[in-house]
Amino acid sequence: MSVEVEASDTDRAPGSHRSSRDRLRSYLVGLVLAMVLTAASFAASSSNLVWSPGTPVLLAVLAIAQMGVHLVFFLHISSAPDSTNNVLSLAFGIFVVGLLIFGSMIIMANLNQNMTLNDQMLDMHLQR
Amino acid sequence: MFGNLSWDAIPLNEPIPLATVFILIIGILGLLTLVTWKGWWPYLWREWITSTDHKRIGVMYVVLALVMLLRGFADAIMMRTQLALAAGHAAGYLPPEHYNQIFSAHGTIMIFFVAMTFVIGLMNFVLPLQLGVRDVAFPVLNSVSFWLTAAGVLLVNVSLGIGEFARTGWLAYPPLSEIAYSPGVGVDYYLWSLQISGLGTLLSGINLTTTILKLRAPGMGYGRMPVFCWTALASNLLIVAAFPILTATFAMLLLDRYLGFHFFTNDSGGNPMMYVNLIWGWGHPEVYILILPAFGVFSEVIATFSGKPLFGYRSMVMATMAICVLSFLVWLHHFFTMGAGANVNAVFGVATMIIAVPTGVKVFNWLFTLYGGSIRFTTPVYWAIGFMVTFVIGGMTGVLMAIPPADFVLHNSLFLIAHFHNVIIGGVLFGAMAGYTYWFPKAFGFRLHEGLGKAVFWCWFFGFYLAFMPLYVLGLMGATRRMQHYADPTWQPFMVAALVGAVVILLGIVLTIVQLVVSIRTREQRRDLTGDPWNGRTLEWSISSPPPAWNFAVLPTVSGPDAFWSIKRNAANPAKQSPLEPLSVPTHSPLGLLVSFFAVVLGFSLIWHIWWLAFVGLAGAVAVCLRHAWRIDLEDLVSVAEIAAHERKHQTQVSP
Amino acid sequence: MSAAVDVAHAEAPEGAPLSQRGPAPTRVVAAFGFWLFLLSDIILFAALFAAYAVLAGSTNGGPSGAELFNKRHVLYETGCLLASSFTCGMMMIAMDTRSTRLIYLGSLITAGLGALFLSLEFSEFADMIRGGNGPTRSAFLSAFFALVGTHGIHVTVGIGWLAMMVGQVATIGFAPMVVRRLFCFSLFWHALDIVWIGIFTVVYLGVYR
Repeated sequence: MSVEVEASDTDRAPGSHRSSRDRLRSYLVGLVLAMVLTAASFAASSSNLVWSPGTPVLLAVLAIAQMGVHLVFFLHISSAPDSTNNVLSLAFGIFVVGLLIFGSMIIMANLNQNMTLNDQMLDMHLQR
Repeated sequence: MFGNLSWDAIPLNEPIPLATVFILIIGILGLLTLVTWKGWWPYLWREWITSTDHKRIGVMYVVLALVMLLRGFADAIMMRTQLALAAGHAAGYLPPEHYNQIFSAHGTIMIFFVAMTFVIGLMNFVLPLQLGVRDVAFPVLNSVSFWLTAAGVLLVNVSLGIGEFARTGWLAYPPLSEIAYSPGVGVDYYLWSLQISGLGTLLSGINLTTTILKLRAPGMGYGRMPVFCWTALASNLLIVAAFPILTATFAMLLLDRYLGFHFFTNDSGGNPMMYVNLIWGWGHPEVYILILPAFGVFSEVIATFSGKPLFGYRSMVMATMAICVLSFLVWLHHFFTMGAGANVNAVFGVATMIIAVPTGVKVFNWLFTLYGGSIRFTTPVYWAIGFMVTFVIGGMTGVLMAIPPADFVLHNSLFLIAHFHNVIIGGVLFGAMAGYTYWFPKAFGFRLHEGLGKAVFWCWFFGFYLAFMPLYVLGLMGATRRMQHYADPTWQPFMVAALVGAVVILLGIVLTIVQLVVSIRTREQRRDLTGDPWNGRTLEWSISSPPPAWNFAVLPTVSGPDAFWSIKRNAANPAKQSPLEPLSVPTHSPLGLLVSFFAVVLGFSLIWHIWWLAFVGLAGAVAVCLRHAWRIDLEDLVSVAEIAAHERKHQTQVSP
Repeated sequence: MSAAVDVAHAEAPEGAPLSQRGPAPTRVVAAFGFWLFLLSDIILFAALFAAYAVLAGSTNGGPSGAELFNKRHVLYETGCLLASSFTCGMMMIAMDTRSTRLIYLGSLITAGLGALFLSLEFSEFADMIRGGNGPTRSAFLSAFFALVGTHGIHVTVGIGWLAMMVGQVATIGFAPMVVRRLFCFSLFWHALDIVWIGIFTVVYLGVYR
């Protein structure tokens, strides 16, 4: 049964050991960065400055960067030892998310390509 | 007022479900009458139903698993009998629409309510004891998880008597499971029952992962945890990562069925193949969730009964975590034949072969542990050796089917059925039985009858081979799965042999019940007085059998692996006894039962489209949770006197 | 031979690594358990994202996202959620100082911004459904409504949870249990904003290729 303690050195949830001022600064920096990245995303999606096939990549990079900003400045993920379990679990989660999304996209594209009906079969399918 | 529910829902024209329901109702009423007449309700309510003690909850999970084994196995016997009869012109005795419900219920019950439940029960009971702590991370949540699983069990069993069950197999592929082709309530029973119990399982996964990572005795770093704790960690991480996929996929199918969405429909752009892809994204990690704790059980059993530390601790741990990661990389091998190209198939085929390697590492480590040990051939060791032979055969047939061209011949044949029963029975079930026998004395204070235990093993062992080896042959001869009847009479002898095997397994199940009854009646002959009946190596054997509610009077300080073995070795120079302090133990809570009651109401009313009742169910569940949120008195205090008295009694029994 | 548990007092040696210091305090345990729950929730969203990515092209002859979505609308929604994440952070700092008034203010603004987000989203959904582009029209729209709708349901539950927490602060005060739960709420609220980043990038901005 874990022990109910109030403030002490090792008992804080990761990231909650800093002073109020430090944490305020963390949130403010995070907010500014997030706003910049959001504006950049919206601008990039309708701008002609970037070669258009590259826009999705740029959007993905900006999104990942902003997620990182949230994780570091709002959720206080760090490399401190009390945060290791959180970081490893997060890495596992990202691994599964990536596999699920990109794996599904690749597999389903492959399947859809191989399972496309040719014209004759389409006629048969639609009974015309 | 009652949605789609009407008196037609009761299967008056189907004798088998009707008779079953009748017997079940008599049995349950009889049980309730007995409990009331003997005045056991206050005890059961306080000590079991509302218990938040991981030991009680673990036992309840295992009891639920064994009870559902009877239901799932009844389905199996019915299928085997049908197939033994229905050759050529004979029709058997089960009409196809009934047979389809039986194989669907068999798979659903065996995977979700026998295997998962058994494995989670064992992990629940053992983990805090092996980790040297007092309970899991979230005891009340633990109770909620158990009762949500029980709610799922209840819904599946209600489908026997009110309505019908799904006819779509244990995974309910669309488009057959869509509303257009399965307009009845069967698929809805399946989906809601599994959504509810799936939530319970997910919460359990979070609970046990947190326990292993954040609650261990002082000094027990990761390298000093028993290997069972490592395999449990991997299994629970997989639960946390994989079960949301199941929840999301079922939610999408439910949206299709209830609100006319088009995720997996044949029309309007839906893609049924996407369901297959997503569901196996859950389904493959699921089988590793089942097998990893069984591997852990065998590691404990083999080390203890060889009298040696487990060979290759570090490689065991690395193999376990490798399996945990690799299990997410192979899921396409469940649908090689769905139409992906050769390149994609090849990638997943190779990945499937790679995942066999860490399992091989484990098998060699177990063999090297046995080698040179002074082996005691107790019942758990029988299960372990039977497992090593049987599981390796099953694994090899799996790697065979990992070759896409071979799978094109064997996919969905009886060869596949034989393969997965081979690994699930030989692996998960044998592991569950080994764990059940091994930890039974810790839970109840007396050992199970050894002779009957061995008889149970031999029945399962011979019964399994007799039941499933013919199916490998039949699969190669072209027999498919889920068939209610077949034209080729030369298959019949094999089917009959399989039926005989199933009957031998049935004998094993009956003997398990007999063993339990006999062991209880003659328990004084096999009392476990010291708490260490097997000369064990890990911390659960250092406390009394059964352990007190608080497990450890003082949390042990651990300095190496096999912590209890070191303590016994240093018994000549014991460390100073530290002073006892009063302890808090989690108090009992009705939250689990209440939430699950409302979950059953919600599920049942959604199945039958009784919308006002569904709202009542949801509101009730939320209200009960809100009430709990304001409870501050969540712990009971245990006095030093009570702890000291228990410790004294345990000491006198250990060294009389 | 005595097999009793002879133990020293339950304390790890000085300077031991974190993994050997014994059971973690309840705050750490609760926060980590909730972190795992959030990861499981993100994987749930990933499955919905995967379905969206696969089905986004299946419009069944109907309009695609490019024709249906309004970027300015999405920008307002994003602004609401990002601001509410910030005010939630302020609320957590106020909790450290145990100032009930600041917590009430912070939670009111956070919940208000969340409710504004929801009303913007609701109006978008209503417009689409009224125009005949509801979730039953095509697989693309099913996937859209499910993904964005699930996020909206999470925001709704979050606002309800925040209201409950304000009630707990008002009635129970700053018991350790209440402090833990507020911390878990803030994790939840920030995680929802992270999911929204994925949604507005992939669903709304991704169409403007």
